[in-house]
Amino acid sequence: MATMAIPPFERFYEEHRAAVLQLLRRRLGVQRAEDAFQETFLRALRAYDRLDHGEHLRAWVLTIAQNVALDAVRRARPTDELVETAVDDASPAYAELADLTAELGPKERAAVVLRYGYDLSYEQIAAALDSSPDAARQATSTGVRRIRRRIAS
Amino acid sequence: MTVSPDLDRRFRDAAATLGLLDLGYDVVSTPIGELLVAASDRGLALIRFEADPARELERLAQIAGPRVLRAPRSIDRARGELDEYFAGRRRAFDLSLDLRALPSFTITVLGELARVPYGKTTTYGALAAKVGRPRAARAVGTVMNRNRIPIVLPCHRVVGSKGDLTGYAGGLDRKVTLLELEGAR
Repeated sequence: MATMAIPPFERFYEEHRAAVLQLLRRRLGVQRAEDAFQETFLRALRAYDRLDHGEHLRAWVLTIAQNVALDAVRRARPTDELVETAVDDASPAYAELADLTAELGPKERAAVVLRYGYDLSYEQIAAALDSSPDAARQATSTGVRRIRRRIAS
Repeated sequence: MTVSPDLDRRFRDAAATLGLLDLGYDVVSTPIGELLVAASDRGLALIRFEADPARELERLAQIAGPRVLRAPRSIDRARGELDEYFAGRRRAFDLSLDLRALPSFTITVLGELARVPYGKTTTYGALAAKVGRPRAARAVGTVMNRNRIPIVLPCHRVVGSKGDLTGYAGGLDRKVTLLELEGAR
């Protein structure tokens, strides 16, 4: 099957901006969502020319938004326990992996789901997590190791 | 959930200011209709008489890469000079141009075209002779027809050997209007 071409960024932005804003408002409230909105799409833009294909872009950008929100929450309340960060996406890949990844930390969880649920490259995952491809690879393999250990025990 | 115009604008401005775009574009209103104008960090890359951006996005992405965004700030300079030109207050453009990926013959011809002065006309044959290919008038015509940056690269100043207007990618009406604006007709 031919992979989907990467759409011009304008199209990508128009298609997903409402969903991104909705997620951010729910996480951060109306005021802080605005800065996070800009940061989300700037991160996406920085990684956009390194995308391998145009599939699962909604999951990708929502994961970026998720992590931008997480960073914002951390900055605001650095000592608080991190809250649940399941991606609001009802697509099957997430659903199937939801149970398996339930006990992982937010970054590892995002990495595993993007890698194995959506088949994204480490470059793309890195952009979503605002880290390097190496760090993305490491988060993914740490996550997988934890899942294996849990299943075995 | 609607993204407010203000929030939308702030993102588009930030993307342009941070230099993250392969091409930023906007629509510019002129006496010859709305123009689609696009620029990269190298310079002005494209002017189209077809001003519906939705139909041009793939073409823009082909020229420079997928990071194509409507970003008025990216073309501030070009918009300013075009406004002055159409108001009759500018006779020469002072803009860097992004001519990447064009064949060398095309770039040579466009370079010579850029030297045709405001308010004057030349012919396809004369332009061909100027680039050392006196028999290539037809090839020069093709370059004019595919000119990615009309108006600024003044292919409207090129006419047939008998002074006939021949053709113009934006339509002959526009060619006439531009020549009249410059006092060449």
